[in-house]
Amino acid sequence: MSKDYARDVYGRTLIELGKKDKRVVVLDADLSGSTRTSLFAAEFPDRFFNLGIAEQNMIATAAGLAASSKIVFASTFAMFATARVLDQIRNSVCYNNLNVKIVATHAGITVGEDGASHQALEDIAILRAIPNMQIIVPSDSEEAKSAVIAAYENDGPFYIRLGRAKVNTIEDKKDFIFKKGYALKDGKDIAIVACGVMVEQALLAADILQSKGISAAVINIHTIKPIDKELIVSIAGKCPKMVVCEEHQVMGGLYSSVCEILANECPIFVEPLGINDEFGRSGTPDSLLEFYGLTADGIVNKCEKILSK
Amino acid sequence: MDSKIDFIKEKSIQIRTLIIKMLAKCGSGHPGGSLSSADIIACLYFEVLNHSAKDQTNTDRDKFHLSKGHGCPALYAALSLCGYFKEEELWKLRTINGLLQGHPTSRIPGINVSSGSLGHGLSIALGMALSGKIDKKDYRVYCLMGDGEMQEGNIWEAAMAAAHYHTDNLCGIVDCNGLQIDGKTDEVMRVEPLADKWLAFGWHVIKCDGHSVAELLDAFSSARNIKDKPVVILARTVKGKGVSFMEGVLKYHGVAPTPEEEATALKELEK
Repeated sequence: MSKDYARDVYGRTLIELGKKDKRVVVLDADLSGSTRTSLFAAEFPDRFFNLGIAEQNMIATAAGLAASSKIVFASTFAMFATARVLDQIRNSVCYNNLNVKIVATHAGITVGEDGASHQALEDIAILRAIPNMQIIVPSDSEEAKSAVIAAYENDGPFYIRLGRAKVNTIEDKKDFIFKKGYALKDGKDIAIVACGVMVEQALLAADILQSKGISAAVINIHTIKPIDKELIVSIAGKCPKMVVCEEHQVMGGLYSSVCEILANECPIFVEPLGINDEFGRSGTPDSLLEFYGLTADGIVNKCEKILSK
Repeated sequence: MDSKIDFIKEKSIQIRTLIIKMLAKCGSGHPGGSLSSADIIACLYFEVLNHSAKDQTNTDRDKFHLSKGHGCPALYAALSLCGYFKEEELWKLRTINGLLQGHPTSRIPGINVSSGSLGHGLSIALGMALSGKIDKKDYRVYCLMGDGEMQEGNIWEAAMAAAHYHTDNLCGIVDCNGLQIDGKTDEVMRVEPLADKWLAFGWHVIKCDGHSVAELLDAFSSARNIKDKPVVILARTVKGKGVSFMEGVLKYHGVAPTPEEEATALKELEK
């Protein structure tokens, strides 16, 4: 199994897009080395602007470039690419439905040692509520590449959420189709719906459950908005119970998105596995995932608990 | 030159007249800051900008962004006078089926990007200016801000970046009317000395009387000749200018004229 930084793939994909299309412009806010936009900067210095530690200006400048026919990728850490610049995203980018693709790295608890001030755990919730915003949370670096290409090919604002740490490549994935989730594994007792780093954990959990005689489906929802409503309803029709896993607050993220659909269309028992309304802390990425129960074992425990209800 | 100035002065009066009429009709909106910007907007739309309502998709033309979005009645008036949309749209301002929203939106012909939340505009104009530099286009970008708006941190982030990237195709104008909702700008949160601030951020600064068409045209013309750095025009204005009972009166920041006030104002503007 190969292991990659999704952000490395992001930087390399930007170069491919930059070669293909002169309209591609990239912005960063003093984190180009970490986000890997530096790769694009080295190749296309005339179409890269480092705007310093000034994120509000970066996002509104992106809006101005996009309003002048550019396709703009703007990157920094998720913590500084979302809540900090929410007004610029809402009023200047989304209200005008502009081609600003915010690709944030270092999202979630797996930022690790830097601690809670740098662990964006509410970014999906915040951005999901804004009209026109489209959100993708890739599960590995291959999917990150597809997400970046989808953002380039489809009009309007995007938020792509990448992590800091290396991620394992998920085997036997289906082809990435923007707005379409898919089942990585079929099952009939319970469905495990996941995004981002939790997809790999969900697959591991399904294997453990299988050894215990429980048949668990695993669903990858990489596009959080617009979400694949049809797939979620059809899974709920097949599995009586569901666990939704995300490296994000339970409030407002994938769990909420799924529940908003099922409450109306096909009410079943849906249990969340995420961060429960608290701030993170320092630690290695793995120790943090363990601490918050965002692991295969954590998923297994959740599934067993709700199946015994 | 005199006939050009007279023509623009005539347009300023038309803009002011339309501002009063549209705000009185809908009963809400911001007359003070619209009237203070009227001469600046008249100079831009009737002389300075290379623009055309008939050629809106042409990306080589100059761009104007109204960062102080609440002053949009002045912009709406100018756009209608230039033929971007019919005058009757002005009478549906701020109404449920109207084209013209309470603050500018990109659905309105002649407007590229919305505004309303203060402080974004200079960054948006910077993005447009950088795009012009990348494509080696000759268009210029103009951005009208308020002096109260100078309190927004985003303005100074944009100011820093515009000077850093030598965007000499960018011209900011500050409508220095000295008042904001809560009172005098000097008392709410002092922004002066503005010239020193912009100079320190690496901009070329021009000061002028924001109600003198001749001075404004001179300022825009000198701005065009500055190379390697952006230019800001600090235009000294009077809030409510042109309607005696509104001039310098705080209340008219965000209170529309009553029918009686409208009649008085229109009589004054006819003179």
